[in-house]
Amino acid sequence: MRHAIRTVVLVAAAAALLAAAPPEPRTTLPDVEDEVMCPICGTALNLSGAPQADRERAFIRRQIAAGKTKEEIKDALVAQYGTEVLAEPPKSGFDLTAWLVPAAGILLAAVAIAIGLRRWRRAARDDEDAQPPDSEQPLEPADAERLDADLARYDL
Amino acid sequence: MSARAFAVFIAVLAVIGLLGYGLLNKSADALEPGETVPATSLPNLQGAGSGSVADYRDRWVLVNVWASWCTPCREESPALERFHRAHRDRRFTVLGIDSNDLSGDAVSFIREYGISYPQLRDGTGDFAQDELGTTGVPESFLVAPDGRLVLHRLGPVTRDYLDSNVVPYLSGEAKQ
Repeated sequence: MRHAIRTVVLVAAAAALLAAAPPEPRTTLPDVEDEVMCPICGTALNLSGAPQADRERAFIRRQIAAGKTKEEIKDALVAQYGTEVLAEPPKSGFDLTAWLVPAAGILLAAVAIAIGLRRWRRAARDDEDAQPPDSEQPLEPADAERLDADLARYDL
Repeated sequence: MSARAFAVFIAVLAVIGLLGYGLLNKSADALEPGETVPATSLPNLQGAGSGSVADYRDRWVLVNVWASWCTPCREESPALERFHRAHRDRRFTVLGIDSNDLSGDAVSFIREYGISYPQLRDGTGDFAQDELGTTGVPESFLVAPDGRLVLHRLGPVTRDYLDSNVVPYLSGEAKQ
C-alpha cells in the first residue's frame, strides 16, 4: 500500500514539473529571415527590401501567427520556392556536397601541410647530420696558409 | 603512373568536372523565334493536376510569365484578360506562368483582377529562367500551334502591342 502511494505521489510530482516547464519559445521573424533567402534578390531575406521580400516576410508572419515552428515555416517556404530559398543547402542528396567539399578541402590541406612539415623537418635533420659544424670543418690548405700568415703579422 | 601523378590527375579531373557542372547549370539564353517551346509539366496554380504548353498544341498560346509582387504585371493584367476573352474562340489562349511567387498571393491576384485564362505554377522559377530564358517578369512568348516560338516580349504587354503584334498571327496576316 505504502509503495502504491509513493508511486502515485511521484507520478503527480512529475506531472506537475512537466506542467510547470516553460513553453517552447515562439518563433520570431528575425529568427527565420536570416536563415532563408529572397530567391529573386539572391540575398538573405533580412538584407532585402524588395517587394518580393516583403511578400515573403508577410508569408512568414502568417505562419508564425498560425503557431508554426521555425522548421515548419522553412518547410513551407521550400514548398513554395524550392530548396533555393534556404540560406544553407540541405544536408541530403546532391546538396550534401556543398558541406562535404569544403570539409574535404580543409582535411586535404591539413594532411598536405602535415606531410610537408614532416618532409621539411626530415630534410633539415639530414642536412645537419651530413655536414659537420662549421667549427670542425678543416680549412683549405691555401686558406690555412693565408690565416697563418695574417696571424704571424699581428703576432706581438 | 605514380601515386602523386594519379592524385594530380584526379584533382584536375575534379576541377574540370566542377567547372562543367557550373556551366551546365548556368541560366539558359532566351528562346529564339523558331525554337520549340519546352513542354515541361508544371502544377496548376489552382487545384490539383498539372499542365504544360504542349497541352495547347493545336492553338496559339501567349505564355505570360508573371508574379503577384511585380507591379508591371498588375498593369498588363487587364489588357491580357481583355485580349484572352476577345480571341479565345479563335484557337487562342493566354497561359499564365506564375513564377517565383507565393501561391496564396498569386491566387489573390487572380481573384483581384478577375483573370479567367489558365494558370500554371513555377514556384522555383526554374522553368521560366532555365527553359524559357527569362531575365525578369513580366515576359510573354507567343507560341504557334505547332509549338514553335513566334514572338518574345520583354516587359509588360499593352493593348496596342497585342493588337499590332499578336493579332496578325491569329488572323493569318503575319507569316511564322
